[in-house]
Amino acid sequence: MTAPLSTRQIWVMPAILALVSALGLISALLGDGIWDVLSWLALAVPVIVIVWYSLWAFLIRGSS
Amino acid sequence: MRKAAGFRRWYLVHKWTSLICTVFLLLLCLTGLPLIFRDEIALWLGDLAEPPEQTVASPDASVDSLVEAARARRPGEFIKFLIREPDVPVWVLSLGLAASASENSSAFLFDAHSGQLLRELPVRQGILYVLLKLHVDLFQGLPGTLFLGVMGLLFVISTVSGVVVYGPFMRKLPFGAIRREGTTRLAWLDVHNLLGIVTVVWVLVVGGTGVINTLARPLLAVWQRTELVQMTAPWRGRPDPAAIVSAQSALDVARSAEPNREVRLVAFPGTSFAGKHHYTIFMRGKTNVTQRLFKPVLVEAASGQLTGSRDLPWYLTLLLLSRPLHFGDYGGLPLKALWTVLDLIAIVVLLSGLYLWWKKRMLSGEQLQVESDLIQSGKSVSGQEMRA
Repeated sequence: MTAPLSTRQIWVMPAILALVSALGLISALLGDGIWDVLSWLALAVPVIVIVWYSLWAFLIRGSS
Repeated sequence: MRKAAGFRRWYLVHKWTSLICTVFLLLLCLTGLPLIFRDEIALWLGDLAEPPEQTVASPDASVDSLVEAARARRPGEFIKFLIREPDVPVWVLSLGLAASASENSSAFLFDAHSGQLLRELPVRQGILYVLLKLHVDLFQGLPGTLFLGVMGLLFVISTVSGVVVYGPFMRKLPFGAIRREGTTRLAWLDVHNLLGIVTVVWVLVVGGTGVINTLARPLLAVWQRTELVQMTAPWRGRPDPAAIVSAQSALDVARSAEPNREVRLVAFPGTSFAGKHHYTIFMRGKTNVTQRLFKPVLVEAASGQLTGSRDLPWYLTLLLLSRPLHFGDYGGLPLKALWTVLDLIAIVVLLSGLYLWWKKRMLSGEQLQVESDLIQSGKSVSGQEMRA
């Protein structure tokens, strides 16, 4: 049985993703050009994270 | 023991708020998907048109010619609004069976530069109209909107409670892990938790701004009954004006009063935004944030004189800023594409949540014990959780 994770270990990734998402939502509201690009990059991060872990579980590790 | 009781309570909150609102949230997410591309679809269907490019820069055509053209085509109807689109140089002119009517009887699209009529717009028909009505009020008017607002509120509570119960579920599982060595249900639990926690800020913003948007009509009614009534108080009880100045002259007065703003919407006398004695011209700012915020300028219809203007109250500012954050239309096509993907992910979270609930009802006690061992989310918690 593995040791239980600390609160920090459980929440560090969700917290980072929450911050990046919030910045992504606000950025394009503040201006055009670079502000839009920052939004696109920031909001793409949660999508990429999900795609990454889904591919990892369903393709790379193979079926059970 | 206290920790387990707290967890159980939050888990029940999550389960029950989700169960009540999920069907409606699925409808909102599904109808919302094409609505993200509302303008693009409208252009494609011909409901919106881009006017021909101006070769020589010249001042805009007078809106009076637009008013005349509309009146010629619809002599029995009343002009309600002239709406200037921010990105495309067009005016939308809407008419109603009465000036105070809430529904449009007809609408016309005009080229702002040349004043030419581009097309008549479909009213209360078409696929976009159906999608929008389903999304906004299930075709039930204000009660439908408020009902969806309650569903949205339950959804927000469901999401927050989901975040609270995420912690115990992840005690022994590294971030992003999806366990495929156990039951199918366990794998979907991990998918539900991962997709949910990763997109939680977007979901809360879109969901929360959705709830705020359901209050649009009540908030506008508050504005009419407080601010507008105060601004038009000297005219109350007077008979309707016999003759009114033209819309273009009212526009000119508003523009000179607010030279740093641009016209967004002209409410004609008789509409509920203007009252019987005034034109109300809503003017937007020029920066990215202020272009969403409108300042109403009142011009007396009989004399053409400026009556006054006031900044929007905080609740209308909140409402107007909720619009872009809900629609995702403020960052170009790439933002709309990301909005679409995040919407699809939300649909997976909703559907997997339903599946998890349904499967749990179907599982035998022995299967639940096996799953409970696999979850190992902390000794004091797992036993309680499984019996929920």
